[in-house]
Amino acid sequence: MRSRARITTPEGITFSLATAGPVSRFLAVSVDIACVSLLAGIFDRLMGVLGLISEDWSLAVAIIAYFVIFMGFSMAFEWFRGGRTPGKYVTGLRVIDADGLRLLPVQIVMRNLFRLFDMLPVFYGLGGVVCLLNPRRQRLGDIAANTIVIRDRKLALPDMRYLETGKFNSFRDHPQLVARLRQKTSPEEAYLAAAAIARRDEMDADARGEVFREFAAHFRAKVVFPDEAVEGLSNEQYVRNVADVLMAQSRM
Amino acid sequence: MIIDIRKFILEGRSSWSELEEFLDRLASDPGFAPDLQQLARLQFLYQRTSADLARVKTFSSEPELVGYLEALVGRAYAEIHESHRRRLAGNPLTWFFRTFPETFRRNIGYFKTALIVTLIGIAAGVLFLAIDPEAREVLMPFPGLLQDPSERVADEESAGAAEQADRHATFAAQLMTHNIKVSVFAMAAGMTWGFLTVVLLFYNGVILGAVAFDYVRAGESLFLSGWLLPHGSIEIPSILIAGQAGLLLGVAMIGRRSPDRLGLRLRKILPDLVTLIGGVMILLVWAGLIEAFFSQYHYPLIPYEVKVLFGLVELLILAAFLKLGGGKRREGGSG
Repeated sequence: MRSRARITTPEGITFSLATAGPVSRFLAVSVDIACVSLLAGIFDRLMGVLGLISEDWSLAVAIIAYFVIFMGFSMAFEWFRGGRTPGKYVTGLRVIDADGLRLLPVQIVMRNLFRLFDMLPVFYGLGGVVCLLNPRRQRLGDIAANTIVIRDRKLALPDMRYLETGKFNSFRDHPQLVARLRQKTSPEEAYLAAAAIARRDEMDADARGEVFREFAAHFRAKVVFPDEAVEGLSNEQYVRNVADVLMAQSRM
Repeated sequence: MIIDIRKFILEGRSSWSELEEFLDRLASDPGFAPDLQQLARLQFLYQRTSADLARVKTFSSEPELVGYLEALVGRAYAEIHESHRRRLAGNPLTWFFRTFPETFRRNIGYFKTALIVTLIGIAAGVLFLAIDPEAREVLMPFPGLLQDPSERVADEESAGAAEQADRHATFAAQLMTHNIKVSVFAMAAGMTWGFLTVVLLFYNGVILGAVAFDYVRAGESLFLSGWLLPHGSIEIPSILIAGQAGLLLGVAMIGRRSPDRLGLRLRKILPDLVTLIGGVMILLVWAGLIEAFFSQYHYPLIPYEVKVLFGLVELLILAAFLKLGGGKRREGGSG
């Protein structure tokens, strides 16, 4: 099951963000390491020119440059690209403050310095184990810097047009029964019925028939509509009518 | 009760879209500075969307809609509630010459603890080697240190200037990066509630004590001082300051007598940790240069007395810098 970080605002509103697991984070880090290696390789070629003058100084500058690139690469990207390194961009991840606030420079510096510790003994072994055991999927650097890595998907407003029956709904002629149905149905049940309608085309005919038969039976047990309201209704149409009256009290 | 989801979306859609556009603009345009009216509007949209989120979570079960509103509220919350400065530390010189020594003094108790642990380690190293001279190989796990002190002094002093000057720049780079990594480990080890930091400091002290005792016993005290002091007078305090940061982190992890939760405790000490380790890095760059370009030159090229004097002057300057740098001690410190 996907891990989520729950954040409660001072206004008492709680929202949750999907946190990234060790595998996706390892993939992101792999991309970043490839980028760092590429940069270091380019720098190494440039240092070849300096090597003609002094091999000692050329090697010294290369050692320091690799260290600075290795430590500074993620810091620079996380700061200037809003918590996203190239690896995180590719894998759809982002670093944020664990309390949902903006990422501060000191947090970026700290979590990236801790990389040296999290990388032990090899391949982020320590960080990976801690990440796996931590409920917020934090490595040690994240714990120290109070940061989390989340799945950063741009969500769109859901399309609810699937709920529109476009037809006469016989259940609307019985407002008392509709009210009783609404009273006896939980939001989760209503959502499941709507979800079944939204995904009807993804099911084959047999499975669809079975799903809507069970849904219709479930809702029929809650409230019994008169014969004239249900006459000629298929199981699927019955569920559509139920979802329509449950989730849309008035016509749009 | 189940809300009329279509009506709910129809009524909220324009506010949510407006908030989304506002946040997109804030994220994509660093130069965008909203005026008071725009900020008031942002606040209103945030509160409206928060209320919608609470409503949809209570009276409906639409994961897509909840996810969309949670993402919006999360982004708006970060924009509205963050009061810290976004920019990086101002003037680097002010940071190093003022903030760093002030931070050091504010947490002086942790430095004293790190010093005591290291001194105990030094005493233990001396004791171990005095009791069991055969333990050299265990106590000094570096091949360079295992050579007989008198033989080493003879080798170093007979080496020519060209030999002593071989590959100093590369050596300096290796020393800097290695020592910085060790310092970061000493700090990060504080995550084990300070335990590993204490172990590292103690072990460092044991090696130091054993090496010092080995050379003093062989009558090579002057060589040892001339070899260690020029870079050690900066490097050893640097490791102690890294240990100070580790202990600060460890105490925050333990959180004894603190009413704050772990995240808040760590958030409070983050600026001090970054300042301490940042200052250590700069000191270690200097120590690396001195070790590679000065400490490795021995008598007769540079008299030991000159090297000892140089090291003592460095130590004095460092002590004065840490004690006096940045002016008066600030209130509300820890340690």
